[in-house]
Order: sequence, then C-alpha cells, then structure tokens
Amino acid sequence: MPSQAFAQSAVPKLVPDVSQRDINIQSRFTGAELLLFGAIIYPRGVVPEGQIDVAVVLRGPTRPLIVREKRQVAGIWVNAESIDFRSAPTYYAIASSRPLDKIIDARTAAIYELGLKRLQLSPTGEIDAKELRRFRTGLVDLNQRDGLYLEAPNSVNVTDQVLYRARLAIPSSVPEGRYVAETLLIRDGRVIVADDGVTVTISKTGFERLITILSQQYSLLYGTLAVVISLLLGWMAGLAFARL
Amino acid sequence: MDIYLPIAGLSVNILVIILLGGAVGMLSGMFGVGGGFLTTPLLIFYGIPPMVAAASASTQVTGASVSGVFAHMKRGGVDFRMGGVLVAGGLLGTLFGALLFRVLEAWGQIDTVINILYVVMLGGIGGVMARESITAVMAKRAGSPVPASKRRHHPLVANLPWRWRFYRSGLYISPLAPLILGFITGIMTMLLGVGGGFIMVPAMLYILGMSANVVVGTSLFQILFVTMGSTMVHSLTTKAVDIVLAVFLLIGSVTGAQIGARLAQRMQPEYLRLFLAAIVLLVAIRMALGLGWRPDEIYTVQLL
Repeated sequence: MPSQAFAQSAVPKLVPDVSQRDINIQSRFTGAELLLFGAIIYPRGVVPEGQIDVAVVLRGPTRPLIVREKRQVAGIWVNAESIDFRSAPTYYAIASSRPLDKIIDARTAAIYELGLKRLQLSPTGEIDAKELRRFRTGLVDLNQRDGLYLEAPNSVNVTDQVLYRARLAIPSSVPEGRYVAETLLIRDGRVIVADDGVTVTISKTGFERLITILSQQYSLLYGTLAVVISLLLGWMAGLAFARL
Repeated sequence: MDIYLPIAGLSVNILVIILLGGAVGMLSGMFGVGGGFLTTPLLIFYGIPPMVAAASASTQVTGASVSGVFAHMKRGGVDFRMGGVLVAGGLLGTLFGALLFRVLEAWGQIDTVINILYVVMLGGIGGVMARESITAVMAKRAGSPVPASKRRHHPLVANLPWRWRFYRSGLYISPLAPLILGFITGIMTMLLGVGGGFIMVPAMLYILGMSANVVVGTSLFQILFVTMGSTMVHSLTTKAVDIVLAVFLLIGSVTGAQIGARLAQRMQPEYLRLFLAAIVLLVAIRMALGLGWRPDEIYTVQLL
C-alpha cells in the first residue's frame, strides 16, 4: 500500500509533553501552572512554507450538573428555570498561537470542540437554542471567573515553526481526576494533525487525602473526630486564658 | 499564607480565616452571642461553598461554647432540666433540618430559603434590639432609669398542657414550650450554621419568662449539644464539615472572645447593645439586597 504510506508520511507528527504528569494537592496547594510544550516533526524534515498555528487544550473530567437561573418573582430573586447538562467539563483551558476565529473555520472548531463557545455540554430534554445559549453563557462566565474555564489567544509560542510551548493556569479549586492535554496543528483553517496522548493526573495526597477519605467513607468516625477536636480545642483555650 | 481546605476543595488565606474567626469571637465575647450568624455569611462572601460554610461554622460554635458552659455551670447558671428539654428539641430539629435541606436542594430553592431566613431572623431581632437599646440610651441621657419590665411568660405558653417544674428557671410550665423552641433553633443550626443564641435568649426571657441568671448558661448548654449533633448529622448526610476550616476559625474565635470579654467590661452595656443591633441589621440589609435588588450571581451550578 504505497499510496497510504505516502499519505501518512506527508502528515507532520506531533511530539507533545507537559511539565508535570502528576499534580499533588497538599496543604500548601494554591493552584498550579502547567507548561505544555513539544515539537512538530515534518516529513523528510522539510518545514513547509506559510503560516502554521498551534492550539493546546487541557480538559478536566466531565460531570453531570444543573445550571439554575434566578429570576425576580413577586419582588424576590428565586431560582426559576434550570437545565441539566449530562457531561460538562469541570475544567477546560485552551491556548492558541493566534485568536481561534482567525486560524480555524467554525465547522472544524466545532468538531474538535475548540473554544468556550463550542463546549459540548449535552443538555437533557428539549430546550430551545436561545435558552440553551443563555444558560451556557451563564455557566461559562461563572467558571471563567473561577479560573476553571479559560481561553488564552496569542499565548502559544511557536519557534521556527518547529517548537511550541504554552502555559496554562490551574486554580486551587480544580477537581481531582485525569486531565487530557490535546495539541492541534492548524493550517489554512483546518486541523492537520491532533494528538491527545498526554494526560495529567491531579489528586489529593497525604493529609488532604486522608481527610477526604475519612469524611467520605468513615463519616461517623470523621464526625466524632470533628466534635472531639472542637471540644478539646475550646476547652484548652478556656483553660489557657483563665491563667492569663 | 495560603492553606488548602480539603473538603471545601480550594485554598484560602489562613490569616483571613483566623481574623474572621477573631472578629466574630470578639463580638461573641462582648455580647455573649455565638456569632455563627456572622461566620456563615462572611465565609460565603469569601468564596467558601455555602454548605461547607454552614457545616463548619456549626462545628466551630461547639468549641467556642465549651468553656462558657463550664463557667456558667460552676456558678449554677445552667438549668439542666430546661437544658435537657431544649437539647432534645434541638436534636429533633437538626434531623428535621437535614430532611428539609434535602427537599429544598432537590427543589432548587435552598439558597433563597436560607436568605429569607436570615433576613427575617436578623431583621426582626436587630429591629427589636435597636428599639430597646435606643430607648435605654435615651433614658440614660435623660437621667431617668428605664422601668424594669415584669417577668412573665407568654399567655400561649401558659395554655400548653402537661406542666413540669423547672426550679432553677423559676418556672412551672409545659415542657412542650422549650421543646418547640429547641426544635426551631435546631433547624436554624442545621441550615444556617448558627448556634441560635440570639433567638433563644430573647425567647427564653420574653416568651418562656425564665429567670435571667440562668438564661445565658442554659442557652449555651443547648448550643453546645445541638451543634455537636449538627456536626454529626452534616458529617453523615451532606459530608460538608471541613475540619481544617473549623479548627482555624476556632483558633481565631477563642482568642477574639477573650479580647471581647475584656473590652466589654470597659464599655457601657446600652451602647454595646446598640452597636450589636447595628451589625445585625447591616447583615440583614446585605442579605435583603441579594433577595430584592440583585443577587450576587444570576446563574448557579449544582453538581449531580
């Protein structure tokens, strides 16, 4: 099959990596900064002419969630309408070498789920498009302000069309789980090659892990512990101050 | 200095938490109220998830009330019979509160209900306190003492059946009255993370008509056991108690309480009460703005 071999060799290859494969959440964790970098290997080592662009995406685990919208009913703001989303990403960050709208056509961007406007949230039930857009904007805005969703155009550095690197910030409120980093090589509005082989695991360790496990699986023990610690601390403080 | 809160799931500046606990503790030392009604909203403004804030605040109140209970016990300021009835009602209230929590959460109105509860409760108590302390301040300025109101229990309480004798409180009333009072504060403790002293103390004085020298001790006694109960119920149902958060709040509040108690001795009680009324009303107004004018967030997310 010479033709296929030829076709494959004509496609550049991506060699992506990240600065940290495991991020540990311990007591001094205030978030992390992840460096996503790598090289583009062109067939026969020839760097093609014309502009190439690179986008990197980091996606956290997806979760089902409800988004609620407040509305004024009889003078009071209450939760009125809500939409259930079956699988919204808990974290989504995209960095690109130029603004996404300038480097990729809308269809391709939608297929590869590039950009906060195009997140696949899988709403359940029949919802009209306008309403869905409103809720999506609400969710994205909320998560953007919390640093859980971010879009960073012009923040992938490409050197000599061969090396690329980008920094993505992870806030301290990220959920634990497996994060997938995807790198996309873009040219003439289309994705030439994409690689999502790099994963980053974020997990609590040590004391933080112990507390989480205790509270989740040994709730009775955890509750008793919380009460006893609180009682002891309050009692000891009382004794200490009584002597002053 | 930042520290990661394992249950809240985010990192916070530990000095802010200790100072917050300290400020609330100072108020509690000055006025003898638990201060939970300030801790929970302040934690939420700071970005702690509401459920974690309420659960951990109630754990903190346990520690903040221990030494007070001991002190009042020593000087005979606790009516154990009355306290026992209040605790029983309170524990039933926390269980009912947990149920209510689930129902309201499924319905999606938990935050609205909590806000309304705060506004009604703090607005009411703050209003009454403000009126009373303004009268007291005016009377003091005019030089005429305020006539002491006669201690009597409310006619509704007198009509309840099945009376018990509460010697230390100087009462012969139905245990149903304190049971209901305990029940209501128990619900508050579960939903809002407050001890409920600022409801219980006036209710004990003006509705039950208890003798003033056992009111604070007995209310602290109830708060101690009911917040222990609500920590347990939260641990078993919502799993929202953050032990790290509670410990740092406690470190701040026990220190603040001592400073507050010493400050209080140098100040005139009328002005002190007026000051507390102003704080309570401010929190109520802040909450009311969120309900009637514009909420902090139009969209909220609940993970399933």
